[in-house]
Amino acid sequence: MAEIVLSNVQKFFGAVQVIRDMNLTIADREFVVLLGPSGCGKTTTLRAIAGLEDITSGEIRIDGKPVQDLEASQRDIAFVFQLYALYPHLTVFENIAFPLRAAGGARADVEREVNAVARALDIGHFLGKRPSALSGGDMQRVAIGRALVRRPKAILMDEPIGALDAKLREDMRAELKRLHIENKATSVYVTHDQVEAMSLADRIVVMSEGVLQQVGTPIEVYQNPANLFVAQFIGSPVMNIADARLETEGDEAKVRLGDAGEAFGVPLALPGAIEASGRGAGGLSLGIRPEGVIVAHAPGKGLVPLEAHGIEPLGAYDIVDLKVGSGVLRARTASGFVGKPGDTVFARLDETQTHFFDTRSGQSLGVRLGA
Amino acid sequence: MAAVKSSGRAAVNRLAVVGVIIATLIFLAPIYWIASTAFKPRALATTVPPTVLFQPEITSFIKLFVKRVQMNKPVDPEAYAAAPWWEQRIMDNGERVLRAGNSVQVSGYPSRFMNSLIIAITSTVLAVGMGTFTAYGFSRFRVKGEADLLFFILSTRMLPPIVVAIPMFLMYRAVGLTDTHIGLIILYIAFNLSFSVWLMKGFMDEIPKEYEEAALVDGYTRMQAFFKIVLPEAATGIAATAVFCFITAWNEYAFALIMTNRRAQTAPPFIPSQLGSGLPDWTVIAAGTTLFLLPVAIFTFALRGHLLRGVTFGAIRK
Repeated sequence: MAEIVLSNVQKFFGAVQVIRDMNLTIADREFVVLLGPSGCGKTTTLRAIAGLEDITSGEIRIDGKPVQDLEASQRDIAFVFQLYALYPHLTVFENIAFPLRAAGGARADVEREVNAVARALDIGHFLGKRPSALSGGDMQRVAIGRALVRRPKAILMDEPIGALDAKLREDMRAELKRLHIENKATSVYVTHDQVEAMSLADRIVVMSEGVLQQVGTPIEVYQNPANLFVAQFIGSPVMNIADARLETEGDEAKVRLGDAGEAFGVPLALPGAIEASGRGAGGLSLGIRPEGVIVAHAPGKGLVPLEAHGIEPLGAYDIVDLKVGSGVLRARTASGFVGKPGDTVFARLDETQTHFFDTRSGQSLGVRLGA
Repeated sequence: MAAVKSSGRAAVNRLAVVGVIIATLIFLAPIYWIASTAFKPRALATTVPPTVLFQPEITSFIKLFVKRVQMNKPVDPEAYAAAPWWEQRIMDNGERVLRAGNSVQVSGYPSRFMNSLIIAITSTVLAVGMGTFTAYGFSRFRVKGEADLLFFILSTRMLPPIVVAIPMFLMYRAVGLTDTHIGLIILYIAFNLSFSVWLMKGFMDEIPKEYEEAALVDGYTRMQAFFKIVLPEAATGIAATAVFCFITAWNEYAFALIMTNRRAQTAPPFIPSQLGSGLPDWTVIAAGTTLFLLPVAIFTFALRGHLLRGVTFGAIRK
């Protein structure tokens, strides 16, 4: 097991830069998820760590040793591919034993190690079969077994469960989590699925267009998105983002969203805090997750009447689209809370869940209230 | 309704089976003709209409393997009685077997057959081997001018080889490659290489590169990954390519005729030279041809599993 350090890593494909000046330290035994939309450079980053892709400049260290000029075979890492990449002409046993044979392990040792891994993954009953006879989930179990068997310094996984169907994905997610807890191998995991990222990661690395957007624990990334990209990429349904204007009338502060006629009340300290942040010169955007929009049936202090014009029932809760000016504010409500489209409800913003961003730069102002 | 449909389908199936049987018979007819001629007595070989029922004999095969000359006078009855049965069959045809001292002189056929095997196998192994490596390089690495190079390789097949036969012969004579095994081997590699590269590139492109990458991170060098992973995966393609290359080299006639005459001569130009010095003896030619067909048949049959998968490769993979 080992620490992985990326320093000023750059990668070009021809004239296209896919990794921009990336700095990242992955601690020993940590489970880090690289998360981002397709084409954001996350897979290239993973392949660069593995040695399957050369980097244009910068340094990659594994366990303190610079490896960027080493062959993949000399880096002592394991890689789990999205489409399993099990060798079709070898049995499951031979597939798992394959990395051990590279090191020239004794026969008895190989057998013992393979059987131990097979037991841990519950794949012992089909060791003699060919990969083509297995289901997708079992194939990926074998691929993970092949990665674990050598006890490499780190395990790199490229969307390992992305090709499975939804139910199986959930099972495999739980299994990966259990395996990490048991093995404590330094793990780097690439996915575009935020649910996988949230549930598996010790830390999430959000990437976009080759740039590292934010690094943090799942909760940090969810609760304190560093910029508009992270705010909108993490969380489902996505965070509401709207242009915001602050208004102060006597001892009341309000925020007006877009071209709305009504304004929501905010704490009086907010305008000052935003000014104190020294940012926001590029215009102000307010972000709030649907669960931060609190709705009531009856009018009350600080509640703004809004018309509901769309209801998505999701079983455990509903997502209601509320008309705010020409825009939409999505709120999460109890199931059946709003009867039908066209009904009027009364809403306010939970001040502890509001986020403010500089519209032009997209950066968070770092202003949180009441938390 | 369903019954009507399925009975209709059964009729189509039966029709297809009949069609396949007819096609098979048409394809097998020449092979049957040549093989049956090889077992016919010489007198029945050229009858019109062809003789279908006859007492098979192996005289023509014996004749194929021994040196003989036409006798200019009837055989001495004493010598005839003393000769072994197979020699008597040859004497019946008015020929006598040449001997050196006591032992029978062997004809050129076995050595020509051997030449054919050596040249066809060697050129096939080398053409397929070089083609496999080249295809792997083109398939996996960024090669400068890849499209141009591949087109150049393909372009070597655009001219019918026989067009360059005379300059080739002059060049071969100048460097002393005429009538040598190595000369024909080089020639056949040149014929087959472009085909081998292009066919193998198709197969290589179909092998996901993740297989090798998995081997690379699992601690194997590029070379080990190639031999342990890529080669077994490409076995189907290699078998298909090898069959085609072998058939080309095995059957090649024109250049073998021009470039070789004795030491390195292959079977194809040799067989017709056995037509006989007196009466044309088609049974010997048929015997030589029948034996000549066997290696390709055996080779293709041995690789038939690979071949079938090879031909349908792209279709069933994904």
